[in-house]
Amino acid sequence: MSARDEVMNRIKSALRDAPVAPEIPRNYRRDSHMGAGQRLDLLVDRLVDYKANVFVVPAADASAKLAELLAGSSSIVVPHGLPESWLAAVKNDAGTVRLQVDSPERRLTVEELDAVDAVVTAAAVAVAETGTIMLDGSPSQGRRVISLVPDRHICLLLAQDIVEVLPEAIARLEPTSPQTWISGPSATSDIELERVEGVHGPRTLDVVILN
Amino acid sequence: MSNTFLGMPSLPVFGSGNLNATEPFPKAARRELANTQLRANLGHATATIRDKRLKVVAELPDWEDMRDSGSAIKDATMANLPALLEQFEANFTVRGGVIHWARDAQEANEIVTALIQATGESEVVKVKSMATQEIGLNEYLQEQGIAAYETDLAELIVQLDHDKPSHILVPAIHKNRSQIREIFLREMVDVDPGLSDDPARLAEAARKHLRKKFLSAKVAVSGANFGLAETGTLTVVESEGNGRMCLTLPETLITVMGIEKLLPSFTDLEVFMQLLPRSSTGERMNPYTSLWTGVTPGDGPQNVHLVMLDNGRTAALADKMGRTALNCIRCSACMNVCPVYERTGGHAYGSTYPGPIGAILSPLMTGITSEENNSLPYASSLCGACYDACPVKINIPEVLVHLRGEDVDSTRGKVKVPTQMDLMMKGAQWAFSSGSHLNLLEKGLPLGKLVAGRNKVIKKLPGIAAGWTQSRDIPAPPSQSFRQWWAKEHKPGSAVGPGTTTEGEQA
Repeated sequence: MSARDEVMNRIKSALRDAPVAPEIPRNYRRDSHMGAGQRLDLLVDRLVDYKANVFVVPAADASAKLAELLAGSSSIVVPHGLPESWLAAVKNDAGTVRLQVDSPERRLTVEELDAVDAVVTAAAVAVAETGTIMLDGSPSQGRRVISLVPDRHICLLLAQDIVEVLPEAIARLEPTSPQTWISGPSATSDIELERVEGVHGPRTLDVVILN
Repeated sequence: MSNTFLGMPSLPVFGSGNLNATEPFPKAARRELANTQLRANLGHATATIRDKRLKVVAELPDWEDMRDSGSAIKDATMANLPALLEQFEANFTVRGGVIHWARDAQEANEIVTALIQATGESEVVKVKSMATQEIGLNEYLQEQGIAAYETDLAELIVQLDHDKPSHILVPAIHKNRSQIREIFLREMVDVDPGLSDDPARLAEAARKHLRKKFLSAKVAVSGANFGLAETGTLTVVESEGNGRMCLTLPETLITVMGIEKLLPSFTDLEVFMQLLPRSSTGERMNPYTSLWTGVTPGDGPQNVHLVMLDNGRTAALADKMGRTALNCIRCSACMNVCPVYERTGGHAYGSTYPGPIGAILSPLMTGITSEENNSLPYASSLCGACYDACPVKINIPEVLVHLRGEDVDSTRGKVKVPTQMDLMMKGAQWAFSSGSHLNLLEKGLPLGKLVAGRNKVIKKLPGIAAGWTQSRDIPAPPSQSFRQWWAKEHKPGSAVGPGTTTEGEQA
């Protein structure tokens, strides 16, 4: 008998008493009560608590803010679907910042990614209560690896994509897309439970919220 | 795939690997208790994490509702496990993943080894995984000439020190910063000799140490926190980014997951991803969570395997009362609130799974008669703190008592020399069976007073009772018993009757 059949048989044998699956109560909060302003404030508070750098700017200023944040960087990587308008000011700075685009046609190697200073991505949705930003691999967010290897991740988030509680975000996500949920920069609490930001993932997380 | 039941109902098949205590808990605990450094480190760590957890749990008005949901979802998962496993398998496979089944630790180790050998590699990076710890994968791979590098900071510390984890979430909880610095200086090649014991500097040393490994690794091994049947999705919850490195950079990803780790639907994740981080690290959310479903073309490993592990889980499932232990999401909240764990540490439990959950899970998976695991259900004060803390409401004290009963039953009928306890119980049976027997014994009370001496305490009881006085004194007995006093006060013909009391003696 194959291992699969044998394990299945053991399970069925173990459940000989035919336990009945209970009804699942779902009395926890599944929708939002906060206004947009409160959600934004809560998200900022949570992200700052995680030691992320947070900037709230009008949507029209996205490009200028990005250029300002990248002023000291010599090379950055962006996914191919990042909105063009966000990069306008960076492109005008040509010569100071080297821009590399990661796309299905031209996937950057790990070595190339390791050599860049920062990565800029969008986000699918963010949860205010937990301070979590979710990336789902769509063209504006790119492959999982591009937001992992560079030491600095700049994430641009539309204020309308902020929800209050986790269930609201789950409802918006496509389950089978490769997802990365990010709550602050890389961190560890393995030494005397003292939280230290920065281990293997990006040690700096900048979140630009476009209001 | 059929749901039909093949063959006769089988007897439970127990698990093997790092699940067995090789010495009784009381003996191991006594040794660990003598380690004052361990007790200091543990006391600090558990107190810190308890406070953090309480704070973030108190923030949520619907915490108890979520516990109710979590508990019901897991009960439903166990009740529907065959169908959910088949659903998971179909969904994971259709998206390009390959599923393997393992009856026990040995089979799982062989499958993982064969998969690694097929890639031609002799090195793998690993993200911390309880399942691979349970089956002793690292040791097995080493025997086969494959080096497995742990990448979680705490696991790395434990691996470099040739030690064993003592906590499921913070495996190096028993070590403090200066001990960790010494381990790094001793074991890490290329380490800066001027390394300080500042946690930030130590974390940086680990980053440098592993960076090249991550960027060049071709094969990674992981565990999984959840498998979602509805979509065939796997989930890894972590903090450092070492998990993301393992899950996205290599060409081949091999995941080992216990069959009990399923959740029926993607939606259920909304419950568990709130329960887990708050219960384990006391954070509102862990820094990184990764989700993948089979293979995503162009993104992450293109050669994706999953080993579904039994290794005694079906034996636990067969125990109607004990199967609730399989609801465990490995958050470690129970050990952080356990007065026994706080003092003995994780090594005393002798298994991959320490603390209150380990005290039930290990004997359920190996059988109560296995090795020394029959002492584990007694490693508890039954105070119930673990039940209160458990995010999926596993009634650990109830299962502990159930397993104590199993232990007693398993030795019933075996001829044995009566122990001191047996003799004491026999004596007590005689004493309490009649008033005159008890009265006779109570005549000896003044003797107790004599033994106690002038300071009116007895410091040492003889025989088996000595254990009780090892860490406390017993007050001297009174010079007469209530029965003797009553008899004196109620001499025949006395005016005092039922319903009245003598002056100054009101009860």
